[in-house]
Amino acid sequence: MAQNKIDTELYLWEVFVQDKFGEPFTHCGSVHASDSEMALQNARDAYSRRNEAKTIWIVKSSEIISTTPSDEGPFFEPSNDKIYRHPQFYTIPKSVKDKLF
Amino acid sequence: MFEKKIEENLFQLLVQIADDKLILGHRLSEWCGHAPILEEDIALANIALDNIGQANSLYQIAVKLENKNRSEDELAFFRDEREFRNIQIVELPKGDFAFTIVRQFLYDNFSFLLFQKFCDSNFIELSDVSKKIVKEISYNLRHSKEWILRLGIGTEESKFNTQKAIDKIWEFTNEMFEFGNVENFLIEKNIIPNLDTIKTDWELSVKKIFDNTNLQIPNISYFASGGRNGFHTEYLGYLLAEMQIVARSNPNVKW
Repeated sequence: MAQNKIDTELYLWEVFVQDKFGEPFTHCGSVHASDSEMALQNARDAYSRRNEAKTIWIVKSSEIISTTPSDEGPFFEPSNDKIYRHPQFYTIPKSVKDKLF
Repeated sequence: MFEKKIEENLFQLLVQIADDKLILGHRLSEWCGHAPILEEDIALANIALDNIGQANSLYQIAVKLENKNRSEDELAFFRDEREFRNIQIVELPKGDFAFTIVRQFLYDNFSFLLFQKFCDSNFIELSDVSKKIVKEISYNLRHSKEWILRLGIGTEESKFNTQKAIDKIWEFTNEMFEFGNVENFLIEKNIIPNLDTIKTDWELSVKKIFDNTNLQIPNISYFASGGRNGFHTEYLGYLLAEMQIVARSNPNVKW
């Protein structure tokens, strides 16, 4: 009888580290772990061994919703041909610029 | 400053505990490059370094007390087997992953309770360093405790191997609560805690986790002893040979 092969691959988790309280979290890599507690511990060992972090977030990689490379066109290009939609399109009158900067 | 007799006893005590940590740290370092997954490889190497660092801090206090111009390296690398005062549980070969985790769990629990009490020691240098060490141990304990829960509840295989490791290690646990002949003297001076209280607390916290996982404490009446007096298992000599060879081949070398 063929034995059922047990899936021994652990879940993949993305790790986000906050360097100082109040600052944004930065994605710094991923770890394998069986569950969230172990993922936190592994993240701490891999990415914050020398006091780098104040807080660590971990999130299951499979829970992240992402755009795909094929979305690149429809998602990000539409406004490129309407240059007036970009703030750089407008020139600031010299008198205003002088006052501002 | 303490009187001479207390200093001598304190030196003995510090060396005993530092030896535990040095030998355990070396055993853990043997996992480097061999752990079941990369993340665990990093974790075990980190815990090995924690233990070796703690040993170093304790040796430093010890050599200062001894005042014979010995360095902490001399204690670690230029003593022979019979001069080591570690308990035997830490020198046992690393075994499989379950064995390593079971040993860590039993030892971390003890070490955590001990250093918690050391924070209140009358010997100020010990209480200062313990406040730093206890933080590291609480993390080490979190690591081994979480693994015990997972191995105990995990699969039939993980449960079997974990119980097998407990059955094998258990006879070496009693030695944790012996401090050779320094014990009573230092307890009276409020320098070290009463080990009977630590033993009771240790049994409670170990039992609590085992009960959660249906792991059994073996019912045995024989317990190993002797490490605190320099009597060791056959394994310590091989470990020391490997650990000390570089330092002994190039004595006094600086790098």
